[in-house]
Amino acid sequence: MAKIAWFKYSSPASFYFLAGRMIPWFAALAAVLTVAGLYIGFFRAPTDFQQGEAYRIIFIHVPAAWMSMFIYVVMACWAALGLAFNTRLSFMMASALAPTGALMTFLALWTGSWWGKPMWGTWWVWDARLTSELILFFLYVGFLALQAAIDDPRRADRAGAVLALVGVVNVPIIYFSVQWWNTLHQGASISMTKAPSMAAVMLTGMAVMAFAFWMYSIAVTLYRVRLIILEREKNSQWVRELLEGRRTDDRGLDAAATEAR
Amino acid sequence: MRVEGTLSLVAYVIRRDLLLAMRRRADVLTTLFFFVIVVSLFPLGVGPDPNLLRTMAPGVVWVAALLASMLSLGRLFSADYLDGTLEQMMLTPQPLSLMVLGKVVAHWLVSGVPLVLIAPVLGIQFNLDLEALMVLVVSLILGTPVLSIIGAIGAALTLGLRGGGVLLSLLVLPLYIPVLIFGAGAVDASLSGLAFQAHLSLLGAFTVFALLFAPWATAAALRISME
Amino acid sequence: MEWGSWSEFWAMGGYGLYVWGSYLVTFVGLAAEVIILRRRRRTLMEHLSLTTLDTQSEKSHETKA
Repeated sequence: MAKIAWFKYSSPASFYFLAGRMIPWFAALAAVLTVAGLYIGFFRAPTDFQQGEAYRIIFIHVPAAWMSMFIYVVMACWAALGLAFNTRLSFMMASALAPTGALMTFLALWTGSWWGKPMWGTWWVWDARLTSELILFFLYVGFLALQAAIDDPRRADRAGAVLALVGVVNVPIIYFSVQWWNTLHQGASISMTKAPSMAAVMLTGMAVMAFAFWMYSIAVTLYRVRLIILEREKNSQWVRELLEGRRTDDRGLDAAATEAR
Repeated sequence: MRVEGTLSLVAYVIRRDLLLAMRRRADVLTTLFFFVIVVSLFPLGVGPDPNLLRTMAPGVVWVAALLASMLSLGRLFSADYLDGTLEQMMLTPQPLSLMVLGKVVAHWLVSGVPLVLIAPVLGIQFNLDLEALMVLVVSLILGTPVLSIIGAIGAALTLGLRGGGVLLSLLVLPLYIPVLIFGAGAVDASLSGLAFQAHLSLLGAFTVFALLFAPWATAAALRISME
Repeated sequence: MEWGSWSEFWAMGGYGLYVWGSYLVTFVGLAAEVIILRRRRRTLMEHLSLTTLDTQSEKSHETKA
């Protein structure tokens, strides 16, 4: 039944081929949405009354920031699944998501900084959002560093998972405390995203670009998880068959290999 | 499992760790002196202007407390890990999280409490008034246990790894940030003549939350590191 | 949004450096991620193929001997 179908794809072998089939679709969606989003952002959205043309950075800043937070949560979900069900693939997905999440965080910080310079005159503003984003970047780096420092894949998987879960619980607390800190120290806080009443077109452009970034992230993560699967499963039969050219899909995968997780 | 049995186990763990720490008193004192030295570096870096120092004091003292606590975390599990005691602890029927709690309490007594005791002296060097000094001490009493218990998670995750100390810092410092904000914020509020109770309440709440969940996470991390 | 001319578009009302700087870094970052991944795959496949060939030739030598 439905349960069986799910767990079939929880074997790295089956998922490898499923992911391979999905990547082109997500990549295509990402490309199309990017073109559409940028068109809306540059040729449909009007000039902002207060910020002039500089506000157009939001069409990449906000999607990157949203993805950075979303990916961390998804990563934590996969980590929880891995710890709960002891499925290797869940841990692999968490590991695959981290670099993309870190990149999104970095881009959010960079674009946030380059947006702040013309608006507030400095390359960095310690506002609540940017500061929280910076801390999120540290959390990603910590996860990546921990996994890199552990040789044993099983320990690396599980240690990273615990760290991700501890992190995700802390993120709201950190966000709240940074908000608190910010309002206390600045009174009328300079908020980068307190963009006053955005025109509907601007919001549409932002939403389309957010979807584009989402599709891109999925495509890239699936690509990366396939690499992780190959690296980890390189001694198994299906990988050898794949390399010898005797296998191009998951049909007839050894039943035992599918069962083993 | 009898309550007395559980409590006496925790008490045993605390006593044992304290005894071991007393035998290596140098470790304890080096953490304390690190704290003092770091705090003393700041006036040398920014100049002796008393008003500037007073403004900076909450942040400086708190950051130094974070760093000092963190440096002593490596010792939390490593000795027991190396001589096999940790494995024994994991094999007993008692919950590992309780033993972790015991070790954390001992760690706090050895690394956190000295900081609390010396902080007023440092505060005076930074021209803090009496109320600010009291708020500083209370904030440290509330906050340093959190440093120990959250740090324990990091220590458990990085057990036996090369590059352990720096990696531990990287993992744990972001998690310390709320404590820093509320702790230093309380003293800051006092200096500005504002109410500091909210900061201390939030700090206390965070401490309780950490004490409830972190031992359990630490125990899980220990099992993972020891497999 | 009606741009008067291409040069207006690139100038972005004087904020061209910031807008295009941001878009450029974003594009470079995302492209770099993809390129790095593709290279990693290529290296991995080469490395894995070599080891497969090794074990294959070992097996054929065994049967011959």
